[in-house]
Amino acid sequence: MAIDCLVLGAGQEVGKSCVVVTINGKRIMFDCGMHMAYNDHRQYPDFSRISKSCDFNNAIDCIVITHFHLDHIGALPYFTEICGYNGPIYMTYPTRALAPIMLEDYRKVLVDRRGEVEQFTSDHIAECMKKVIAVDLKQTVQVDKDLQIRAYYAGHVLGAAMFYAKVGDSAMVYTGDYNMTPDRHLGAARIDRLQLDLLITDFDFHGICLVFQFTFCKCYNSEIEYRNSLFIDYAAAVSDTVDYIIVSYLISLPCPEMEALAFGLRSTYATTVRDSKYAREREFLKAAASSVLHTAVASILSFVVIIVVHKCVAGGGKVLIPAFALGRAQELCILLDDYWERMNLRVPIYFSAVHNFDRSLIDAPGPCVLFATPGMLTGGFSLEVFKHWAPSEMNLITLPGYCLAGTIGNKLMSGNPTIELEGTKIDVRCQIHQLAFSPHTDGKGIMDLVKFLSPQHVILVHGEKPKMATLKERIQSELGIKCCDPANNESVCIPSTHYVKAGASDAFIRSCLNPNFQFLKSGSEEKSVSGSKCTEGTLPLWIKDERVAEGILVLEKSEKAKVVHQDELLLMLGEKRHEVQFAYCCPVNVDELEKFTTTSLTPTARMLRDPNKSSLIRLLVAKLSRKLSEGNIQDFGEHLQVESFHLSVCLKDTCPYRITNGLEDKPRTAFFCCTWSAADDKLARKIISAMENRDLVET
Amino acid sequence: MKFTCLCQGGGFNFPPCHILNVSGFHVLFDCPLDLSALTVFSPLPNDFYKAICKENSDSQNRQKVEKPLDANDLIFAEPWYKTVNNLHLWNVSFIDVVLISSPMGMLGLPFLTRMEGFSAKIYITEAAARIGQLMMEELICMNMEYRQFYGAEESSGPQWMKWEELELLPSALRKIALGEDGSELGGGCPCIAHVKDCISKVQTLRFGEEACYNGILIIKAFSSGLDIGACNWIISGAKGNIAYISGSNFASGHAMDFDYRAIQGSDLILYSDLSSLDSTEDIDQSSFSDDNNNWEELMNSLSNYDESVEEMEKLAFICSCAIDSVKAGGSVLIPINRVGVFLQLLEQIAIFMECSSLKIPIYIISSVAEELLAYTNTIPEWLCKQRQEKLFSGDPLFAHVKLIKEKKIHVFPAVHSPKLLMNWQEPCIVFSPHWSLRLGPTIHLLRRWSGDHNSLLVLENEVDAELAVLPFKPISMKVLQCSFLSGKKLQKVQPLLKILQPKLVLFPEEWRTHVSFSDVTSFSVSHYSENETIHIPSLKESAELEIAADIASKFQWRMLKQKKLNITRLKGRLFVNHGKHQLLPENEPGGSSQTRPFLHWGSPDPENLLAELSKMGINGSVERCMTDAESEDGFTVKVQDPEKSMIEVRAAVTVISAADKNLASRIVKAMENILEGI
Repeated sequence: MAIDCLVLGAGQEVGKSCVVVTINGKRIMFDCGMHMAYNDHRQYPDFSRISKSCDFNNAIDCIVITHFHLDHIGALPYFTEICGYNGPIYMTYPTRALAPIMLEDYRKVLVDRRGEVEQFTSDHIAECMKKVIAVDLKQTVQVDKDLQIRAYYAGHVLGAAMFYAKVGDSAMVYTGDYNMTPDRHLGAARIDRLQLDLLITDFDFHGICLVFQFTFCKCYNSEIEYRNSLFIDYAAAVSDTVDYIIVSYLISLPCPEMEALAFGLRSTYATTVRDSKYAREREFLKAAASSVLHTAVASILSFVVIIVVHKCVAGGGKVLIPAFALGRAQELCILLDDYWERMNLRVPIYFSAVHNFDRSLIDAPGPCVLFATPGMLTGGFSLEVFKHWAPSEMNLITLPGYCLAGTIGNKLMSGNPTIELEGTKIDVRCQIHQLAFSPHTDGKGIMDLVKFLSPQHVILVHGEKPKMATLKERIQSELGIKCCDPANNESVCIPSTHYVKAGASDAFIRSCLNPNFQFLKSGSEEKSVSGSKCTEGTLPLWIKDERVAEGILVLEKSEKAKVVHQDELLLMLGEKRHEVQFAYCCPVNVDELEKFTTTSLTPTARMLRDPNKSSLIRLLVAKLSRKLSEGNIQDFGEHLQVESFHLSVCLKDTCPYRITNGLEDKPRTAFFCCTWSAADDKLARKIISAMENRDLVET
Repeated sequence: MKFTCLCQGGGFNFPPCHILNVSGFHVLFDCPLDLSALTVFSPLPNDFYKAICKENSDSQNRQKVEKPLDANDLIFAEPWYKTVNNLHLWNVSFIDVVLISSPMGMLGLPFLTRMEGFSAKIYITEAAARIGQLMMEELICMNMEYRQFYGAEESSGPQWMKWEELELLPSALRKIALGEDGSELGGGCPCIAHVKDCISKVQTLRFGEEACYNGILIIKAFSSGLDIGACNWIISGAKGNIAYISGSNFASGHAMDFDYRAIQGSDLILYSDLSSLDSTEDIDQSSFSDDNNNWEELMNSLSNYDESVEEMEKLAFICSCAIDSVKAGGSVLIPINRVGVFLQLLEQIAIFMECSSLKIPIYIISSVAEELLAYTNTIPEWLCKQRQEKLFSGDPLFAHVKLIKEKKIHVFPAVHSPKLLMNWQEPCIVFSPHWSLRLGPTIHLLRRWSGDHNSLLVLENEVDAELAVLPFKPISMKVLQCSFLSGKKLQKVQPLLKILQPKLVLFPEEWRTHVSFSDVTSFSVSHYSENETIHIPSLKESAELEIAADIASKFQWRMLKQKKLNITRLKGRLFVNHGKHQLLPENEPGGSSQTRPFLHWGSPDPENLLAELSKMGINGSVERCMTDAESEDGFTVKVQDPEKSMIEVRAAVTVISAADKNLASRIVKAMENILEGI
């Protein structure tokens, strides 16, 4: 039994998530995303690897979509409408509601704005969505007789879910993007402790995942305001369902229909959400969204920044954006320009590397936006400007997601109100905005999840190879779980659980549940010695109750295998049990016995002159309990019992089990008749050798 | 397994109540209130003082003389609520699990949870729990009005509860108050704290979510289509699946449809959809027989849309009647009964008004309406396909959202809300609780409109209209009674069961005459009746055990020739987890996996034994004579070589006595060779 895992996308990269997993003959495609960075064939997963003949309906049993981001769903209309997949597609209700909006938006952007050839039409999206079966969180869905799937709350964005899939005895979880720390908007991922053969987890999702939640928070002025809004209280009260409304509101900006849904709640609580303010926030969002949406997911980071920046300049503040010379800052600058145009803003935007930003402008009155290097405020121009602007509450400084320890940027991030610079203290009063959370996290969230689920195997996807390597190492060394990070179009095969099925009789089940107490005298000998004051009487008693299931598996021709209790087997066979026992009449020198039990026990010693049964047994118990580390010695007065080992004083003159000769003559020898069953032979022999004062450790 | 029907209930608002004993756990299905019993209490009387005087003077007359009931016969006191009587015969602390199938089945819960010793786990679907809680809160709120009128209860229990007072009740009322056998009426209204406490003990589920009780039972809820959140249950354990079918509706205009496919393949079906008993229709026996196995035909016959069309027609009829009334200048009072129907009626009436271009206000007067309306618009997962489509296309799930926004519907918490007073306009259409006409704003509105022959009161068939309007007599207002589906139609029962393919079905006794299963061979049928425990045979002889592959790979098979059996010893740790029994390898494979058999059978023969012994280099002699009289077949082998030892063989036991360990184990081996063992 094995699980086959073909990575079609997001293997050692971020983008176009798509993994095809085969479990016990059932084939599931998890996510069907597109890569935003490409315009050619690399944009979509290489579906031809699933089926040479492109007969996808027979090749795949179902598709599971974790959430509505394009890198997880972007290729879906293409796969269903162009490639012709007609089977079931599962996603959560919010994803089902938001996916078509997201896809349609993307299509529009491609065609209307970039002027590119569309890969799928609006009709394709609509047709594709008809094939979707919406599922509720935690709902166990029986895809067919053998395949079962279940969605768990992932917390990443609204409707994001991790999916559990089970075929026969083999089970796995595919996480998609998730969020392990609860934040202001969405809770942390919630999943049951499952028995898993495989966990496929996204590695690099922090950057994107936090943006959405972030965005929403920024719609309100402060977190407190956000929390106070009954909107959210209500969301908490009626659970995750209301989440859609919040995001539908966010995402559906170009789509007024979705607002109707949100209205249901808003009208109820309109008194608490201040209308005028609300409207203004919406304007902010709308403009920002339309300028950002065409670059889709990755740029949503910028979406937040634009709003924050706008707010600051609207209040007359200056904005410092320390930036690396290339990359995101440029993109952000373009977006900001676009936004400025839409909102008809006249506040100047400077880019220190391009414009020759005059130092005199630093202290010029009025708002402005300045991009300056270096990014982490390690020195240079950005630091210089920082010194001037930081003391004013009106100003804003945005920080990159990641700042090296020791840099000013890092200090600011940790919330230091005063910064010491070249001997002068700077009172930092300006607003600080962190661009995004670092993708260079320690992977704590992933580690937590892996630890919690403790699967047999982990596969890491959706991350760059060098970054994943450390985590892979940690999972293997710290958790002892096998882990791999296959590249695109690689296939991984891992063994999976399989159980042998049999019917179990009631007697067997009952016998398994019987308590099996074992009393162990405190851990080990050394312990009791080191715990100096522990005397014999006060030694802590360890009680173990490890129930052992013992039975007999019976395989009759043409009948189902059955597990029975051994007594039942005899009944089935119509036979009677024949027990095989051992017996031995063991001679023990009473003097030795007395010597062994310390001199302090004079009263007992005296009693020995007139030996009676119980005192002899008591002496023996004392001796054995010192010498034996295992077994629970029970003293019944007349006899002694350890497991099946039964011992009593033998007063017969000629016992048939008294085999060794010559001892009868010795003075002061007592005889103990012992019997035991074959199962406890080892233990019995130990006891006997202890009694006969032979070496306890068998040679 | 045992099944006891505690109460067959009555209609939509009073679902049946049963107890099932499965795997040693007591599972209670539903805990409803019989709110129809409220009718014995008088609502705030219009001429209270007159009534008192009359009562004092006429008390002689009331005794024993049966005359038509009038308003003064009712009990003038804060109402008590009628719970399921037979439930009190059970020790509540013995109930392990409570499964609630609908919001209505939840109303009696606070009475149960406030009892000492109650510790059961309560499972309810998320939507049913929310709606049920709102219904409870509303009930308490309305009951407060009563209390304000009649004053706080006396500590000794209400006056009317005294036997002599109850004796004075007219027989019709006495029957309602005391039941057929004259046992007592439930209890006083719980307070809000009881409800809160009750809700805190509830574990909510979604459709298809697995809840595991005690590691042994897996409990799942599936939509029944009756109302929003209403469900059927599947309880599965190692010994089979049990499906509980409550009132179910194949095509609902609001709630998610009856998910019968999920119930398919259950071993036992507890059939508790008793609503069809009320309808007298008999079914056409010829339409089904066992050989009619055309699957698609069956499926089609179940999910035809006649029913939903029929239901829509009923709604349309109510609406047209309402329009007629308001056109004539009267007002319409529609007591809120079923949540789903209420929401649909709102939509329909608005459409009708639009069509007839009327501008009549629609008022909803209820303390919880605002929350209910907001909530029902956020739960697409619990609604029917058509409503889910609305979510996907961006429309509100129910039209009331839009109607409220357009100020066509006005929602107020109470009749005395200042905003309502300012807004009030007649004629109008009012939705308000309670359908028993004993609680809530309906009382006030009825008093206002009962004399107006143009006004209309819409009641459900399940309500005894005659008794319900008794306190408001004389009444010239029109009363429209209508019935909605509270479950499957009788003719769908057989095709359904054919699809579900159970092994055993439990039906109510009353069905014997209505539905005959004589020609059905694929499953067996038992009948249950109220307050009678029936024993259900075990569904499966043995529980399913999953044995880990690690253990299975180490099996050492032993062939028993005479019986053609293969047997092997099995050892591990048993895990009972998520309704499954699993045998996993032991933690520490201690004791060097002993291959020696422990269980022996057969009868050793002295010659064989000697032969086996000599093979191992052990020589001895057989002694037959035994001192023990009991052992007739016994013999003893005395071994001299290599060492002195003895083997004592009797009928059921062999005792080996040897000083040397190795010798002893060799003798055991010899014994094993001549005995069968495992």
